Amino acid sequence: MHIVVCIKQVPDSAQIRVHPVTNTIMRQGVPTIINPYDLFALEEALRLKDRLGASVTALCMGPPTASESLRKALTFGADRAVLLTDRYFAGSDTLATSYALSMALTKIGEEFGTPEIVFTGKQTIDGDTAQVGPGIASRLKLNQLTYISKIVATDLEAGRITVERRAETGTQVLATKLPVLITMLEATNEMRRGTIAQALEAARAEIITWNASDVGIEDLTKCGLRGSPTIVKKVFAPTARSEAAAMIEAEGTMDAKARAVVDAIFARAPGVEDDLTAQALHHYV
Amino acid sequence: MADAAKPAPTKGGRANTKKELPEHFKAYKHVWVAVEIEHGAVHSVSFELLGEGRKLADKRGVELAAVLMGDDREALGKAAQDCFEYGADCVYIACDPALKHYRNETSTQVLTDIVNTYQPEILLLGATNLGRDLAGSVATTLKTGLTADSTELAIDEDGSLAATRPTFGGSLLCTIFTLNFRPQMATVRPRVMAMPEREEGRSGRIVEFTPNIAEDDVVTKVLDFIADRDSDKAALPYADVVVAGGLGLGSVENFQLVKDLAAVLGAEYGGSRPLVQKGWITSDRQIGQTGKTIRPRLYIAAGISGAIQHRVGVEGADLILAINTDPKAPIFEFAHLGIVADAVTLLPALTEAFARRLRVTRMAS
Ligand SMILES: Cc1cc2nc3c(=O)[nH]c(=O)nc-3n(C[C@H](O)[C@H](O)[C@H](O)COP(=O)(O)OP(=O)(O)OC[C@H]3O[C@@H](n4cnc5c(N)ncnc54)[C@H](O)[C@@H]3O)c2cc1C
Ligand SMILES: Nc1ncnc2c1ncn2[C@@H]1O[C@H](COP(=O)(O)O)[C@@H](O)[C@H]1O
Repeated sequence: MHIVVCIKQVPDSAQIRVHPVTNTIMRQGVPTIINPYDLFALEEALRLKDRLGASVTALCMGPPTASESLRKALTFGADRAVLLTDRYFAGSDTLATSYALSMALTKIGEEFGTPEIVFTGKQTIDGDTAQVGPGIASRLKLNQLTYISKIVATDLEAGRITVERRAETGTQVLATKLPVLITMLEATNEMRRGTIAQALEAARAEIITWNASDVGIEDLTKCGLRGSPTIVKKVFAPTARSEAAAMIEAEGTMDAKARAVVDAIFARAPGVEDDLTAQALHHYV
Repeated sequence: MADAAKPAPTKGGRANTKKELPEHFKAYKHVWVAVEIEHGAVHSVSFELLGEGRKLADKRGVELAAVLMGDDREALGKAAQDCFEYGADCVYIACDPALKHYRNETSTQVLTDIVNTYQPEILLLGATNLGRDLAGSVATTLKTGLTADSTELAIDEDGSLAATRPTFGGSLLCTIFTLNFRPQMATVRPRVMAMPEREEGRSGRIVEFTPNIAEDDVVTKVLDFIADRDSDKAALPYADVVVAGGLGLGSVENFQLVKDLAAVLGAEYGGSRPLVQKGWITSDRQIGQTGKTIRPRLYIAAGISGAIQHRVGVEGADLILAINTDPKAPIFEFAHLGIVADAVTLLPALTEAFARRLRVTRMAS
């Protein structure tokens, strides 16, 4: 079995700061990481590999420096890493990204065997759209399984897979045919550490690097900014609220302070007090 | 969406140009909401979107329509009435046994077919698991633009949809347009938009759409559905009162103080993201940009610093009370009421004070 996991290299946004005057992102020194959500996808792929003996390819579209994240994926246990990089991809939105990735996936299929499963994370922490996975599935006509919390069974002979999917009000158990695209839910597993041997091997491993023409993209208007139907016209900082909080300055015991807080709340929201009282009545009747 | 990090080029690309809308796209008219129905129930986010869609349609001088997909014609008829009362002028109904449960395959096909037949200019969906699953496939199939998780929708001077959404983990906002493609698609998370007033007895036009699908051809089968137990359901987005805790509580044991206060207030409880990472609370109780958006009448935040990612999830609250030991904590910049105090000692006192107060008012009434 062949499994491909799409991973994105993202800035560690916990460490991003916005310049207070110019409202631009201060990127200097912000470290990059593998999109945290993608680690759940990668770990799930590695678990299938442990169970069923699959080979796992990690695929990333990004600048040349994204090879760092791919190398990391190799140290965790991926067998192969493909970097899709080209200046024509700059500024891609989800439609252009899913186009480029689906072309790379087709090429991966030709070179290394058609994948039975393509994994993506639930979403990225920078784009944060959760749309690239569904986009790839639609383009490659893969059966789409999003928000998967558990892979219940994989029957390679019959070409079937059964999964649990997080729906809005419960869990769906779905069965479908391979090949599939799975977007993995967060907190479904925990990334392994990888062995020292794997780390040593990963350090020396070749990162397969392809550009647009390598994956058969002839029409560059489908890529990057030109291939993106959405256009970012304006980027701005959220407006600060004009007034700061009214501070409750109560002296004395905690009980006195607590009473002051309750008074302040109900003074501002008398309706809430009425409803809470009614609700409490209802509760005790 | 486009990566806002990259500066828009001034030459080449399309970023600063606006080509005349191609002739065949001029036929695209009206604002649509794809309504989310799961297990017979319409998700409130769809009504919130109808409220917002109404404003957009009025601004454009066009109709507002809702799309309903399901297998029970009678239930769909009831839902259609709800949609009219929440502002729709027209409802498209696709009824077929294969649409009993939500599945990407069937819903994508049916929704794409209806869009291609009746050609809306704007198509809105909820940014729920279902809506995000469907929107991505539909947008890719239609080869059009999609702005995910929008927090604000407006009509620009030239009549295009301007969808604003957070970027860079909420540190910045960006406004996104889909100028040369139709429909313009956007998803919006539950509770980001206010629930519209219901207009009893309002009615409209129903258009039946015959889906071109057959269960036998559908590859993906639903084997089972395990509904959440009530106790597992965090009704956070729709709660009237929410009490939440943050890292300032210091320990998972102290988090119990949040639950105690919530119990007295009949409130839902939640927390900041680090608490989920520490395993103090489950992920469906996380409040904020990557968790739930809430709009309670009262929000009590104890030991939460008020990072921008937390703030965007609670800004719709009518009244925010912040408890924090640090007078400079950012939460005091957007809370309405604040108290500099140790939440670990104040919370139990507050629980007691609320209980007493409610008992007294109850006796008096
Ligand atoms: C992409 C991304 C998405 C994110 N999404 C979310 C999200 O959806 N929701 C979310 O909440 N966060 C989110 N975050 C994390 C966010 O940036 C903050 O790190 C987080 O909200 C901080 O949580 P906190 O306020 O509990 O902890 P801290 O920031 O550590 O704040 C603790 C506060 O408690 C106060 N305190 C300490 N002791 C006491 C005491 N005894 N009594 C009272 N106060 C006390 C301190 O003064 C401090 O203000 C996200 C981050 C990123 C990068
Ligand atoms: N540039 C990229 N390279 C590889 N995978 C990506 C890329 N962008 C998005 N993905 C995958 O698509 C998922 C959803 O991304 P998004 O739609 O940006 O939230 C991510 O979790 C990744 O698995």
